[in-house]
Amino acid sequence: MSTTLLLIQTLNGLQFGVMLFLMAAGLTLVFGIMNLVNLAHGSLYMMGAYFAAAATSWTGNPLLGIALAIPAALILGLLVELITLRTLYQRDHLDQVLCTFGLILFFNELARVLWGSAAIPMAIPESFTGFVTIIPGLIYPKWRLAIIVVGLLVALLLYVLITHTRLGMLIRAGASNRAMVGALGVNISLLFTLVFGLGAALAGLAGAMVAPLLSVEPGMGDPILILTFVVIVIGGIGSIRGAFIASLLVGLIDTVGRAFLPALLREAFQTQSANTVGAALASMLIYILMAAVLFFRPRGLFPPKGR
Amino acid sequence: MRVDLRLLLILLVVACLALLPVAALLAEEPYWMRFWSRIMILGLAAAGLNLILGFGGLVSFGHAMYVAIGAYTVGALRHHGVEGGLPDILVALGASAGVGLLIGAICLRTSGIFFIMITLAFAQMTYFFFVSLEQYGGDDGMRIASGTQLGPLHLDDTLTLYYSAFLLLCGVIFLTWRLVNARFGMVIRGARSNEQRMAALGIPVFRYRLTAYVISAMICALAGVLLANLTLYISPAYTHWTRSGELLIMVILGGLGTLFGPVIGAIVLLQLEDLLAHITQHWQLFLGPILILVVLFARGGLLGLLAPRQISQRPAEEIDG
Repeated sequence: MSTTLLLIQTLNGLQFGVMLFLMAAGLTLVFGIMNLVNLAHGSLYMMGAYFAAAATSWTGNPLLGIALAIPAALILGLLVELITLRTLYQRDHLDQVLCTFGLILFFNELARVLWGSAAIPMAIPESFTGFVTIIPGLIYPKWRLAIIVVGLLVALLLYVLITHTRLGMLIRAGASNRAMVGALGVNISLLFTLVFGLGAALAGLAGAMVAPLLSVEPGMGDPILILTFVVIVIGGIGSIRGAFIASLLVGLIDTVGRAFLPALLREAFQTQSANTVGAALASMLIYILMAAVLFFRPRGLFPPKGR
Repeated sequence: MRVDLRLLLILLVVACLALLPVAALLAEEPYWMRFWSRIMILGLAAAGLNLILGFGGLVSFGHAMYVAIGAYTVGALRHHGVEGGLPDILVALGASAGVGLLIGAICLRTSGIFFIMITLAFAQMTYFFFVSLEQYGGDDGMRIASGTQLGPLHLDDTLTLYYSAFLLLCGVIFLTWRLVNARFGMVIRGARSNEQRMAALGIPVFRYRLTAYVISAMICALAGVLLANLTLYISPAYTHWTRSGELLIMVILGGLGTLFGPVIGAIVLLQLEDLLAHITQHWQLFLGPILILVVLFARGGLLGLLAPRQISQRPAEEIDG
């Protein structure tokens, strides 16, 4: 268990974390402001990945493909909001869970109809293939590093948007007290649509950027969706800051846990089954973290004030 | 006298279920019995979920976990050479009660969306736990050598299983009926409407909810035992989060907080799946939008559509703000 390996796994965890953040930022805002449980967020991520793969094979340029996937995901998100979700804001969470569950079934199958059941490969953009030396002895794939940089940039942009613009002020106000913002004469339904579109674009970006790393296939959004929910529940629903911290926490714990826990247990107990127990425990770690957080702080680590 | 369409439908369904094996034997279609056993087993699990979801207003997104615990009990006991049926049932009930007590006590500290998410988290943990059990097949699952045997009753026999599921389902619905109309049920339903008011009356809401949660877990575990007998196969997929989602759908589809809603929901959902699957390979493309339409337009579920006009059963939190 060398230091280099630990550093690489930490970077992997960071990359996973910022990608989770791209997903969680949109989901936590939609959840916090509109009080909407959107299970279909993972489908937007999946569609983002498909759009990127399709646009890449169409234009022949992965970077252009990814750039095209973002507005495509944005438009898809706006359509979904306008057609189905808009009527759900006043309903209880149960109706929202079921309706968006229906959307998941629909989009997974749609992907299968349009692009087939098999995974679609997508190339890493040419200028980002290969490795980069971060410090002597530590080389890291360029593309993963690029994802980390883009994720952190988006986090910075969101921070500026939320804390220093009028739109951000309305978003924060909406997360704290929806009814009051409406009473003050703000066009809530337009704000909702904008926020949902923003979330969809971010989910699309996340999907498009990891498309070259993972296999683009139907249902790829489902596992990431659950993790994203874990993130926003740990972070406190409606809080971008909470989502950011929780994303990195979950990304790091999950990646590092999976990499080292089986080996640690094997050394500690010297038994055959330590490996599988370790692997299972590593998969469970973040859920244990979430249950513990909810046990001690039932509204997450950073719940928005004034609710 | 006005004819209650719901009552008619329910009587019709019960009569059909009771007589179905006769029709299946006459038509020489044993598959019918297996298919409808599956429907009733999932209806049984949905009825268990309905106890806390429909009457208690607690949205558990992890109840497939208890079905899996029941199924794995059968698989594990058979794997370790324990024959006979009584251990299956007792261990399944005991394990689900123990797990339900522990997990329920943790989950019920939270409410609303956090309850949904923490139950989901525990179901995911169970999923990965079952994946890690390599002696029981790990990721792939495992075949079960033989089913549950209760004296002369062999539950892995198609006809026996069918009527066991049927009687158990009737029993659970009867139990639910007695429970929700007893003082216990009044407290559970009252706590759904207004938890503070119940607490102010001096009622320990938490203990009542926990009891309901454990009972509901045990019903699901029984469904799991039957499911293992039907498939003679166990797999971590039984506790996948989409299975919990399907149970929720059945309850909603039939009608939240109605006695027969979960059964109607299970029948409609599985029949719809079967029907669409016969028409097109891409049946989910149609099932998804159908679900959305039901949620958007058929509030109160299918039984709600047939109900005489009355004040809609909207969840209390909307009314009380």
